[in-house]
Amino acid sequence: MATKKFMYLNRRSSFGTVYAIESLEVVLIAAAFEQDVSLAFMDDGVYQIVEGQNTDGIGMKNFSKTFHALGDYDINKLYVSKESLEERGLSESDLMPLVYEDEDDDWAEKSSIKVVTNDELKAIMSEQDVCLSF
Amino acid sequence: MLHTVNKSSFERNSLQSCLNTIDDTSVILLIEDGVISAANNSKSSMIADLAAAGRVFALQGDVEARGISSKLADNIKLVDYAGFVDLVVEHGTAVSWV
Repeated sequence: MATKKFMYLNRRSSFGTVYAIESLEVVLIAAAFEQDVSLAFMDDGVYQIVEGQNTDGIGMKNFSKTFHALGDYDINKLYVSKESLEERGLSESDLMPLVYEDEDDDWAEKSSIKVVTNDELKAIMSEQDVCLSF
Repeated sequence: MLHTVNKSSFERNSLQSCLNTIDDTSVILLIEDGVISAANNSKSSMIADLAAAGRVFALQGDVEARGISSKLADNIKLVDYAGFVDLVVEHGTAVSWV
């Protein structure tokens, strides 16, 4: 199968609507088909990967932990909008430490998260074959 | 009156519409994605005065679910579900800005 570049745009927070968890499901499916997958977090989507989410009080599954598995599926391009973080009083240090092991660098553990400006994201998006927005 | 807001101010204008029409004695309870407005961010000024007057509440479970417990704006009062019920009883008519 030909490999295509898939980007998933995550624009909503995790629990108020079903978009976030549905996106994550589709991301994992695409990874199973060994596609070139990248994720972008913008607008309230940046809240999906904030560290320290605890859903005990709302009786919903805390699927934020699933993001830690992405590295094992060779999904290691997680772009986060700098502008969206700043609007929300957040910085990269507020995000979960999502990492992958780089097979080309003696399996060194590296961060999957890259904070990018909207201009940088624009360039990354224009390289994609498919963009799916959630 | 008790006004509940369940949408993020970054996505919808529910909170602004609520603020446009709220009277001097009513309180706001932020729930679900509405609690994003309880975090200290570029939208915080919307409710700063009301919060200083002790009239802005946020549902604790929803705050914790979104990982923003340590990032709340000033003067936001956290309540649990029992506290939610108390607010309903205390303030009578509820308006849900869905």
